[in-house]
Parts: sequence; C-alpha cells; structure tokens
Amino acid sequence: MSTDPHKTPYAPSVLEFKSSTFSVPVLVLSSNDLVAIEQQLQEKIRLAPEFFKNSPLVLDLQELNKQGYDIEVTELTDIVRKSGLLPIGIRGGSVQQNKQALALLIPVYSIHNIGASAETQKPKKIIPTPEPVTDNASTTLITKPIRSGQRIYSSGDLVVLAQVSAGAEIMAEGNIHVYSTLRGRALAGVQGNTEARIFCSDLQAELISIAGNYKISEDLDETVRKKPVQIYLQNHTLIIKDIV
Amino acid sequence: MARIIVVTSGKGGVGKTTTSAAIAMGLAKKGHKTAVIDFDVGLRNLDLVMGCERRVVYDFVNVINGEASLNQALIRDKNCNQLYILPASQTRDKEALNQEGVGKILDDLKKDFKYIVCDSPAGIEKGAHLAMYFADDAFVVTNPEVSSVRDSDRMLGILASKSRRAERNEEPIKEYLLLSRYSPDRVKLGEMLSVDDVQDILSLHLLGVIPESKSVLNASNSGTPVILDEKSDAGQAYADIVARYLGEDKPHRFIEDKKGFFGKLFGGK
Ligand SMILES: Nc1ncnc2c1ncn2[C@@H]1O[C@H](COP(=O)(O)OP(=O)(O)OP(=O)(O)O)[C@@H](O)[C@H]1O
Ligand SMILES: [Mg+2]
Repeated sequence: MSTDPHKTPYAPSVLEFKSSTFSVPVLVLSSNDLVAIEQQLQEKIRLAPEFFKNSPLVLDLQELNKQGYDIEVTELTDIVRKSGLLPIGIRGGSVQQNKQALALLIPVYSIHNIGASAETQKPKKIIPTPEPVTDNASTTLITKPIRSGQRIYSSGDLVVLAQVSAGAEIMAEGNIHVYSTLRGRALAGVQGNTEARIFCSDLQAELISIAGNYKISEDLDETVRKKPVQIYLQNHTLIIKDIV
Repeated sequence: MARIIVVTSGKGGVGKTTTSAAIAMGLAKKGHKTAVIDFDVGLRNLDLVMGCERRVVYDFVNVINGEASLNQALIRDKNCNQLYILPASQTRDKEALNQEGVGKILDDLKKDFKYIVCDSPAGIEKGAHLAMYFADDAFVVTNPEVSSVRDSDRMLGILASKSRRAERNEEPIKEYLLLSRYSPDRVKLGEMLSVDDVQDILSLHLLGVIPESKSVLNASNSGTPVILDEKSDAGQAYADIVARYLGEDKPHRFIEDKKGFFGKLFGGK
C-alpha cells in the first residue's frame, strides 16, 4: 500500500459507525395499478402534507408478490418521489425488483420470518372481529405535551397523557388515546385500519381522521366540541360520540 | 452549580431583551455572580438596554474566533459589580456563531458564574437554536395574543426535542412562562388573552406576569434595566419573578386591573 504524503498517519478518528433504530413509514401495496397507487398516495398526503413532506419511506412489496402481482420498481419509485416522499429501502421484493431497487441506489431490506410467516397462513377471509392493527404493533406512550410543530407516529396504538397543541400532529396505525386536550391533528388507522378509534377527553382538534376519512375543525359540531369523546368509522362516516 | 437560563420566545419583539436585562440584574442584585449574553448577533440590543454600549470593545464573535479572551470581552455592569455583559457583534451575522464555540464559552463562564442568562434572538433559526441548546432553564416570554402563544408553543417543542439535554436524554430543560405586556383592561375588553387562556393553551408553570408599562421604555432609553426602577409596576413584576425563580413564595400580581375594590364591585367580572 502506498502512503499519501499529505495524510498524517496519526490523524484522530473523524468518524464512527453507530447503530440506531428509526421509525420509518412503510408503504404496503396491495395492487400494482400505478394510476390508482399514485392517486391514493396523493389523497393520503393531502391529509397530512407536513408529515409526509420529504419523509423517508420503505416500499413493501411482500403482499403484492404473494398475490402474484408484478410491479416495476423504477416506475413505482418515480411516483413516490413525485409525491414528495423519499424511498430509502425496499422489502419483500423479487430478485428482479431488488435488482431494480439497487440500480436506483435504494437498499434492500429483508423481512424476518419471510415465507412461513404467520401472515401467509392466515385465511384470506377474515372473520369480522377487530383484528390486531399490525403484526408488530406496539403502543407508543407519550407523557409530555406535544407542541406545535412536533409530529408523533406510532406503528401501533398511541397513548398521550398530556395535551396535543394546535399545530402538532399525531398519527397511529392503530388507535389514538389523548387523556387531555386535543387541539392539533389526530390521524388514526393511517395504514387503512377502519376499526381504529380516537379517544380524547377534550376535543378541540384541527383535524381528526380515521383510515383517511377526516373532519376538519369547522365541521365539528358544537355538541361535541370541548367534550370527552370517542371517534370511530361507520359506513365510511366518522361518528363522534360522547364517552359517558 | 452554575445554571444557564435561556430567555426565548419564537416571536420577535415580545420582551426577551427587556427580560434578560431585568432578571440578570435581579439575580446579580441578590448577590449571585451573573453573566448575560446577547445572542442576537447582527442587531446588538442588550448593551443599549444595559447602558454599556459605549464600553464595547470586543464581542461574543471575537471570543468565539479566538480574537479576544473572555475576560477582555466581558463588560462589568456600572450598577452592580456582580453582573457582566457579553455583547453581540454588530458587524457579523448569526452564521459567525457555532455550537462548539458557544459551548466552550459557556463552559468557561460556568467556572466563574452562578447564573448565565442567554438573550435569544427571535425565530427558531441558528441564533435561537444556539441560545437554547445548552440551557438548563428556559424563560419563555409570551405576549397575551394568539400568534405569540403559538410561537412559544413551537419553541417549547424545540426545547423538548432539540436541546443538548434532549439529545443526551438528560433531565429536560425546566420551562417557565413569563407573560409580558399584560394589560388587564384589554383582557376585559376581549382584546387580549387572559392569564388563564394562555396557561390553558401552554400548560406551563407561570413564573410571573409583567404588565404593559411605560416604565419599560423609560428604562431602556436611560440604559438601566427596569428592575432597578423599584417604584414601577414592571420593575416590581421582574423583582417578583427573580424571587420566585430563587424559590421564594410570592403571590401573583398585575393580573387584576387597577380599578381595585370599587371597580370590581361595580364593573362586574
Ligand atoms: N412590559 C412592557 N411594557 C411596555 N413595553 C414593553 C414591555 N416589554 C417590552 N416592551 C417594549 O417592546 C419592545 C420590544 O422589547 P424587547 O426588545 O425586549 O423584545 P425582544 O423580544 O428582545 O425583541 P427581539 O425579538 O427583536 O429581540 C421594546 O420597545 C420594549 O421597550
Ligand atoms: Mg431582543
């Protein structure tokens, strides 16, 4: 090995590799219809533009491949990027799809217990009982106020023991509980779980949404404003009810 | 142990510099060696309010750049020998500050001072970020109006997530609410939020209410922190705030309007 005369061999270390865990939204596809994907993606983003803006994203193709649908990763990536999201990984892709991803400098993640996962064995027809939100859903507990400009995302349920300020945004793939005043935006069932609910002890929200069905502050009836309520979906309609 | 206090708000012009000067003087008057630092590089206001603008030789940026020592740059206050001012530079911008440099200066100051008060610039950009990053306590100055309250809320979010204490998972910054330019008459008329409204929105420990007062302008025109004007309502409000911060139990004042008993009797509530 030749030594570079400009480099001192005793330079102090300027870098270090550390391992960190991040919570990143995952885009799970169940159709390869690119037009529909683009459209629905836009709709979702409109609900929480601040949350999604330049957000990292992992593309999950497992479900798609299980059903035997193929999709062009190049085109999918295009759509996702056009929507302002930044794909940082792919998982559950075929050999071909993984190759495409790598060509786009998108890392390939493996899915644990792929193949014989419990999910694969699940019967296609689901009995109409509320199913668990996701397979690795965990509850996120927040004990301090969530302030304007802050965003919280839970891949399971979200329990907040303090107020949520106007200008703050809380999202959960499962249910949301706020045991204080909810003034910001609350989006439950963000991955499409229509069984998700929002509970809060003082409703003054800027926006509430369950599985993409939303109401803005203006639409909130005076009879429920500033009351302890629960919010759930019935036939695609948001129902807001007193908790008695 | 020295404590670093950041006086911050998000919104501009709410009374941060007025507050920094007053509480720094108040702490020093109580016998605690105190330094007050102007983080508003490019504007330089604190030295005017402290009345030391004509004695500025070196500034904060000079010290960061190693062009002057801390001792050369610190100005001893003319009214209180326990108080020192580190002025901002007028000829640079906030990019001249950097985290490492600021951290080093604060570490040096901590060896010698009991309290270090950081007068934050408005906004949530670099200057404001550096002013709060190393803080132990935050005095969040808020005016009783919606936009100021919203900006304070935003700043509280930043204190809780972007400070060194947050990054290191240490005990969070202690946050205090200072409600400034309060005018009970205007609250009554519905032109301003009340103390209760603001506390309801921010849910924050109230350290004190500072009334809207002519004495503040007079004080800054004469270059003496308003707390030294012991007869003034604003001066007394700041004295109470310092006392409460140091653990004294003082009932809140300046929340009710001045009409007093008869006003209350006939004016209704
Ligand atoms: N309690 C008060 N009553 C009346 N006027 C006040 C009061 N507090 C501050 N002011 C006035 O408001 C103006 C802004 O005050 P100050 O400079 O302290 O605010 P600031 O938050 O430091 O502003 P900036 O964001 O520009 O740094 C000044 O003219 C000051 O005299
Ligand atoms: Mg100022």
